[in-house]
Amino acid sequence: MSQTMERETAMPLRSDLDVLKARQQGKELAAGMRFTSSELTIIATAISEIARNTVLYARSGRLMMKTIQRGPKRGIEIIIEDHGPGITDLGMAMQDGYSTSHGLGIGLPGTKRLMDEFEITSEVGKGTRIVMKKWER
Amino acid sequence: MQVPILKQEDFLIASIQGALSDAELLALRDQVVAKIRHFRARAIIIDVTVLDLLDSFAARTLRSIAQMTRLLGAQTIVVGIQPEVAMAMVQLGLRLEGASIAMDLEDGLLILRNRGMQGDVSNDGT
Repeated sequence: MSQTMERETAMPLRSDLDVLKARQQGKELAAGMRFTSSELTIIATAISEIARNTVLYARSGRLMMKTIQRGPKRGIEIIIEDHGPGITDLGMAMQDGYSTSHGLGIGLPGTKRLMDEFEITSEVGKGTRIVMKKWER
Repeated sequence: MQVPILKQEDFLIASIQGALSDAELLALRDQVVAKIRHFRARAIIIDVTVLDLLDSFAARTLRSIAQMTRLLGAQTIVVGIQPEVAMAMVQLGLRLEGASIAMDLEDGLLILRNRGMQGDVSNDGT
């Protein structure tokens, strides 16, 4: 881990305490890069939203974060996956204002707006996987 | 981490000391509601200066606190939202309807005292 600039971390998501830990670890990882303090907050907020969704809807899941490189650009990649019920209508879930649990979250579209890249795949009965990225400016 | 709630004059001050889990946020909500009634407080100031983020759950809990507090006849003032936090909240479309906002604790106290003098506690600064 120390011979390259690459850093990687993985952790389970099972409770609200894990959500807290996840966003703190995400912020720490991103703090070692060239992100502004408001970008750090935005990354941590995105992690918090998605990690909470996972704990809420899938009961448990897994979070992986690492620094990534594309050409001269450096960024952070956050992957969250679960083996929960999956999302029936992904198109609808990605629409602004859509939320299944009493307006609990700002949902996926809100989180997508915070990140530079956001990909979601979901299969009913199998689970959901979200890959999101933020690049250094 | 429990949030200490101090009584000062006829209002309460809850100063958050560190990042709160969802369960701790809900505990704060319950504690605020109970203490407002217990102390017959006119207002609660919630100091979020140390929070490095306010996500949808935190914002929703603060909104609930403001609404519940209002039903009890008191008001909520959220103070100390950091600039980065405000930026992320706006991007997420998060609002704190029902709560008044002040820049810091000093400002919050000033708002309360001015309102006290005017005898107007129902005016919502948002």
